[in-house]
Amino acid sequence: MTDSQPAIDVKDLDCGYDGRVLLQRINFSVGRGEVFFIIGGSGCGKSTLLRNMIGLRRPMHGEVSYFGRPFAEGDATARRELLKTFGVLFQSAALWTSLTLRENVALPLQEYTRLTAREIDDLVRLKLAQVGLTGYEDFFPAAISGGMKKRAGLARALALDPAIVFFDEPSAGLDPVTSREIDDLILQIRSTRGTTCVVVSHELDSIFRIGDRVIMLDKAEKGIIATGNPRELQRNSSDARVREFLRRDDEPCIGSAGGTALLD
Amino acid sequence: MPASPEVRSARADVREHGDSIVVELTGRWRIAEKRQEFEEVMRDRKPTRVALQMEGVEEWDSSLLLFANDAKRWAGGHGVQWDETLLPSDFRDMLAKMEPAAGSASGGESAPGRDLLTWVGLATHDLALRSRSMYTFVGECVLSAFRLSRQPHRFRWRDCLSEMQQCGAMALPIVSLISLLVGLIMAYQAAVQLRQFGADIYVADLVGLAVVREMGPMMAAVIMAGRTGAAFAATIGNMKAGEEIDALESLGILPIDFLVMPRLIALGIMMPLLAMYANMLGVIGGMLVAKTVLEIPPSAYWVEMQTIVDLSDIFTGLIKAVVFGLLIGFSGCLRGLQADRSAAGVGRAATSAVVTGILMVIVADAVFAVVFNILGL
Repeated sequence: MTDSQPAIDVKDLDCGYDGRVLLQRINFSVGRGEVFFIIGGSGCGKSTLLRNMIGLRRPMHGEVSYFGRPFAEGDATARRELLKTFGVLFQSAALWTSLTLRENVALPLQEYTRLTAREIDDLVRLKLAQVGLTGYEDFFPAAISGGMKKRAGLARALALDPAIVFFDEPSAGLDPVTSREIDDLILQIRSTRGTTCVVVSHELDSIFRIGDRVIMLDKAEKGIIATGNPRELQRNSSDARVREFLRRDDEPCIGSAGGTALLD
Repeated sequence: MPASPEVRSARADVREHGDSIVVELTGRWRIAEKRQEFEEVMRDRKPTRVALQMEGVEEWDSSLLLFANDAKRWAGGHGVQWDETLLPSDFRDMLAKMEPAAGSASGGESAPGRDLLTWVGLATHDLALRSRSMYTFVGECVLSAFRLSRQPHRFRWRDCLSEMQQCGAMALPIVSLISLLVGLIMAYQAAVQLRQFGADIYVADLVGLAVVREMGPMMAAVIMAGRTGAAFAATIGNMKAGEEIDALESLGILPIDFLVMPRLIALGIMMPLLAMYANMLGVIGGMLVAKTVLEIPPSAYWVEMQTIVDLSDIFTGLIKAVVFGLLIGFSGCLRGLQADRSAAGVGRAATSAVVTGILMVIVADAVFAVVFNILGL
């Protein structure tokens, strides 16, 4: 592994479901320590792309490599090695409901390390404290709020000190304050360990607040229609779809579209 | 409900201007209240042009839209010119939106017609896919068993123990009740027949053998399929819907090792114990009937039963019970992992787990009957 390699390199990736191609010939790379957003309208394949990148689906074609090492086409041991280097925060947090928060965070450590029970316990306390959940170690996921679940899911994703963390719509269903807290946590993770963060989102506030670079996917194009810094794209993109997506007006646009806007 | 005098109910009045008709709408048009049909309003009139006017309407909602849409359709159907210039423009916009879009998904193209051959072919293909997923699952379970036997520390002992408690100890009351009743029922049936020959005492042989070889393991298996198989499918299906399985996989943990094996082992261990317990209760049921109906003392019943039931009968029953347990656990976990990611999917998975479980148990029982017969057990 050389330092010049990008954290993630996606080459000629095709992905989709049941023989239906959603995205074609996707190429992009994510630099180390970047906060990288994958954005796009509903149904454009953001989550599918994410699932292909983290190995929950085999790509129909193409390769995903991490730090120069092949993942999608790699053999089982190589894949397992790479799985350790990234953490995933799922959209629904996906905490294991039959385990307490402590056990949730401890499980990856038990699975991949030979630490003693006490060391694991100390680490779990640290990870939960990092996301502000001190004192909730013995709660079950059903007993905590949505925002807390997200934070606990993040603590679990951070358990193995990953080099890359994936976030699937981290602020979906959260109030603005909580989603800002999640944004701050993302920045904090990046600054403490230089972790690369890949975020699937369409939360404009987050994109502009913490995003270093975005790619925008489009359903009709089946691919990437824009790459770059969100603010620059907002100002300078030649593509109307990109400007429209990134537009931030405080006024609703009912006037221009006439009365129909209300009914649509 | 009579309309109060100050709010007038919906009215449509016809005003004729030569060949054309203007329908004047007045009052309050509410979707929850009764409105006139346009056809009723028109009766037998045959104008060349029809228009609606809604200046007198006090209040309106979708009800008026439906009426106007009917009018438009009526005009189209009768070759009458439709004039909507008297209607406000936003109303006209909404009316236009009720028009079915040309070439939309709802009308026109339906699924291509399937003849019998296509249908049979698709069904066979589907069956092949399903059975393949079953074989794959069996294979994965076997591989996982080997893997875990080499690294026993990776096995989730704690989950296994809690599942054992769930499917074993917690099931004792229902297993007791059902086995006792099955023993009772069999003894009654046997008593009616055997009494005719004065062979009352052979109730003990009949009930003893049937319970130990067949009914004990079978009833325990049916109860487990309904109770535990469904629970496995629902739990795992729910975990799948909540991305919990994805979270495991993204950590490189195989759901087979983590979720399926502890449950399979738990059922494999508890089933023979439950079957043994069911045997005991079944025999007690037989004894109760013998004592109360046939007046055979329990000690005589017991001695008579021992003349026919030997250890090999008990063992065949227990071997079956282990296999039944594995089959039920297997179908529960398989259906759970195959579940759709939705609430309805979880429900279907639970139902399907019970059906598959009972089916596999009965088929396995038939196979056992043949095999034991050949082996002379």
